[in-house]
Amino acid sequence: MDRDADVRVADFKEVDLGLSREEAVAEAKRCIQCKKPKCISGCPVGIDIPAFIQAIADEKFQDAVYIIKKDNMLPAVCGRVCPQETQGQGVCVLGIKDTPIAIGQLERFVADIERKKGAKCPKCAPATGKNVVVVGSGPAGLACAAELARRGHSVTIFESLHEAGGVLMYGIPAFRIPKDIVQYEINQVKKLGVEIETNHIVGRSVSVEELLGFNAVFLGTGAGLPYFMGIQGENLPGVYSANEFLTRVNLMGANKFPEYDTPVKVGKKVVVVGGGNVAMDAARVARRMGADVTLMYRRGEADMPARLDEVRHAKEEGVFFMTATNPIAILGENNTVSGVKAITMELGTTGDDGRCSFYPIEGSEFVVETDVVIEAIGQGPNPLLLRMLPELTRNRNGSVAVNCLGETSIPKVYAGGDVATGAATVILAMGTAKEAAVAIDKMLRT
Amino acid sequence: MGKYTIVQARALSEAVFEMWIHAPQVARHAKAGQFCIIHADGAGERVPLTISATKGDDIRIAFMAVGTTTKLLATLKTGDELRDVAGPLGMPSDIAEGSETVIIVGGGVGVACTPILAQAAKDAGNYVIGIIGARNRELLIFEDDMRAICDELYVTTDDGSYGIKGFASGPLKDLCESGRKIDKVWIIGPGMMMKVTCEVTRPFGIKTYVSLNPVMVDGTGMCGSCRVTVGGEMKFACVDGPEFDAHEVDWNDLMTRQRMYLSEEKQSMEYRDEHHVCRCRKVE
Repeated sequence: MDRDADVRVADFKEVDLGLSREEAVAEAKRCIQCKKPKCISGCPVGIDIPAFIQAIADEKFQDAVYIIKKDNMLPAVCGRVCPQETQGQGVCVLGIKDTPIAIGQLERFVADIERKKGAKCPKCAPATGKNVVVVGSGPAGLACAAELARRGHSVTIFESLHEAGGVLMYGIPAFRIPKDIVQYEINQVKKLGVEIETNHIVGRSVSVEELLGFNAVFLGTGAGLPYFMGIQGENLPGVYSANEFLTRVNLMGANKFPEYDTPVKVGKKVVVVGGGNVAMDAARVARRMGADVTLMYRRGEADMPARLDEVRHAKEEGVFFMTATNPIAILGENNTVSGVKAITMELGTTGDDGRCSFYPIEGSEFVVETDVVIEAIGQGPNPLLLRMLPELTRNRNGSVAVNCLGETSIPKVYAGGDVATGAATVILAMGTAKEAAVAIDKMLRT
Repeated sequence: MGKYTIVQARALSEAVFEMWIHAPQVARHAKAGQFCIIHADGAGERVPLTISATKGDDIRIAFMAVGTTTKLLATLKTGDELRDVAGPLGMPSDIAEGSETVIIVGGGVGVACTPILAQAAKDAGNYVIGIIGARNRELLIFEDDMRAICDELYVTTDDGSYGIKGFASGPLKDLCESGRKIDKVWIIGPGMMMKVTCEVTRPFGIKTYVSLNPVMVDGTGMCGSCRVTVGGEMKFACVDGPEFDAHEVDWNDLMTRQRMYLSEEKQSMEYRDEHHVCRCRKVE
């Protein structure tokens, strides 16, 4: 259940309050327990969805959590941020004629109950004496580390920032996942024996020799390098990458400035460029800081890669959507942003990727007045580590090339998550990381 | 000893402070030209500071107490702890092995970065000339360090209270005009000082590096706060720099972005003064 838009837009507290016990049990009872469930294959980490839902229907909530945690140590996070409409929920047979089971909500419901009661730590296999280093403590790194620790390996995570969690801490705002929940779930991973070294930048504070001294290496460094549009006026004060804007607020507390030392510019009017989840997050943060927000996207609303819920939430909160529009210059006066010069797009046919082509309409240029521009047009792989390992084979888009086992071109070095797939979702990162962990485990045992 | 204990804190002058910090993962890997990010406490911001020297597991930083964070740091004593120290960050200085003649120019608190660079250049077999300057004698730092390392050292003060009267560009110009072989020049100091000083070497075609100091947040290349225009291209100072070819830097771009938060910096200091929040030793 969502809090009212006009109330929630004044704070950073969670928007969706989740299901009540009665609602959860009733929802679980709707599941028809298919003989050949499609939902499991729709989940990137392969949770036994019918089994945990049956446990909820039987009101055995702790059992439900155990079933989930066999495959996923971050259920409270995943239940909140997974794009369920394209995963298990999207293939649920009930969705053909009726509403699919709210799988994410149910996962979150039991995770929240367990957290309030105090979670019990799953058992790890006997120690193997092998050590593995995981680079990056985002969803991929955490999923890989948890899986390896449970299989008895000694795991160290190197994290470059001062808090573990990657995008869960610096990117996704608290109104989507409260930060105490993220930290709670990270602590559950630590309880498996995983060591997390913050402020350790691989390629700078940790050398190649140190890294390759471990029995295996997993790279989960994400896609944190922001792309800029390359248009005029981009270096004006008041132009941010979404990464910078969100990091200042989510990680550094800039929404509480001057109580917190990190400042951020918001102004009265903000233009956010992009149509993904990052754009929605930036737009909704700016709304909460009191700005009128325009979201500018070059294609149509149906082409937006953001989760449907985030698009709906952003609209409810008063974000103005300006689709089929692309910025061509950022205008400034006295070294501050004064507007965005944009052009209208004509949308063409839908391509193989399910998204439409677009062409600028000559002579359709116009100016949107604004104080701040936030660019959320995508990210590439983090540069530091890749510079340190130049022999690492890369894909055409710059991401690290891996085979189906997550193996890179360097022996005993694996990769998963956004660094290998390009910017994608939390759960896809966890899915690829888990596959890599299984392959690493197999390698270490042979 | 905790993770990031201040092993020694002392004032070098009324406004300039020096700190040795226990930070093994930084100290063991740091090279000349690199910096670290300091995050003093849970409410604090992340600030970049150049690594001025290393010894075993400790690094040295030096800073002028000008804003909220540096004023907070100035209150910390030997034995206090910092919440986070991350680094080393940035590309190391482009020091050649061999018999180059290099000039290292430091201005104001930028002098803090010169000893590690001078030492690295010296260790690589180069002939090292140092030029260090400050507004007045009281603000001059690390003269002894530089005197011990450099083959020649020139000291300037704006007001003539010590050494040569005038800016560091004076001796630099004399050296360039003397006809001596000069292979590389480094200039480290405030933006305006670097912008002006690098014009001295331009007509002589001498390769000149400056260490840029834009606003940073993470320092690892993931936000672009520190983006600068060099040779017409967008670069991130934290991963592509902080040292760049001085004659390629768009100085107006840099200085405009440096001033982006002037009003917020003022607001932050007023808030601190008003609330008298003592944040010394508060580590979250």
